[in-house]
Amino acid sequence: MSSRAAWRLESLGFSPVYRYVAGKRDWFAFGLPMEGEFASIPKAIDVIRRNVPTCYLTDNVSEVYKRCQEVGWQVCLVVNEANIVLGRLRGDAWKVNPDTPIEAVMENGPTTFRPDNFLEPLTKRMQEKKVGSVIITNSDGVLMGVLYRKDAEERLSQEPSPPERA
Amino acid sequence: MPRDINRNEVQRLIANGAQLVEVLPPEEYNEAHLPGAINIHLKKLDAQTVQQLDPTRPIITYCHDFQ
Repeated sequence: MSSRAAWRLESLGFSPVYRYVAGKRDWFAFGLPMEGEFASIPKAIDVIRRNVPTCYLTDNVSEVYKRCQEVGWQVCLVVNEANIVLGRLRGDAWKVNPDTPIEAVMENGPTTFRPDNFLEPLTKRMQEKKVGSVIITNSDGVLMGVLYRKDAEERLSQEPSPPERA
Repeated sequence: MPRDINRNEVQRLIANGAQLVEVLPPEEYNEAHLPGAINIHLKKLDAQTVQQLDPTRPIITYCHDFQ
């Protein structure tokens, strides 16, 4: 649709004309600003915790565990140099030999959600699945933070219900 | 010939004065659109409706995604 519009605009004498191929879905999923009726509806990005501990594939479990303990987190996200989420460490992953490389014990490819996900349906899903937290990445897979269900529930208790999303 | 661009180029062009045009129907535009975007539905795109655009500035069209 945007391609045909770009060509039509050119036929009407405009130049230069560009086409943002990934469109607004990409824009909002990257956590960029929104205008319109949906802008005021609570979204994941509004309540995420951004100070999530991270580590690299080549780190070892003992040093990462120590670092997480120091900041009071039981979870650590494994990222690469571009901050792309590759895995997650939690629960039994900490109970292995302390010298074990992160890569050997991490949970590969954990489920992630986008910053523009509406908070209410996402929270309902977390409640149904009995999930306490989810990872939020932008559309490029870059870590933005972690959404805790209790934070989401608290925020929603102060908000009216959002409309259904198309 | 219109050129396809990505998010980074959109941001750069906007910073340099480009105009954003969402070509989806008004009800979808009203729900959510990029900051500062103008709505001209593809079906309404003609010599009259484009008069609200500045012919001296670049234009970026977009819709939902790769449609």
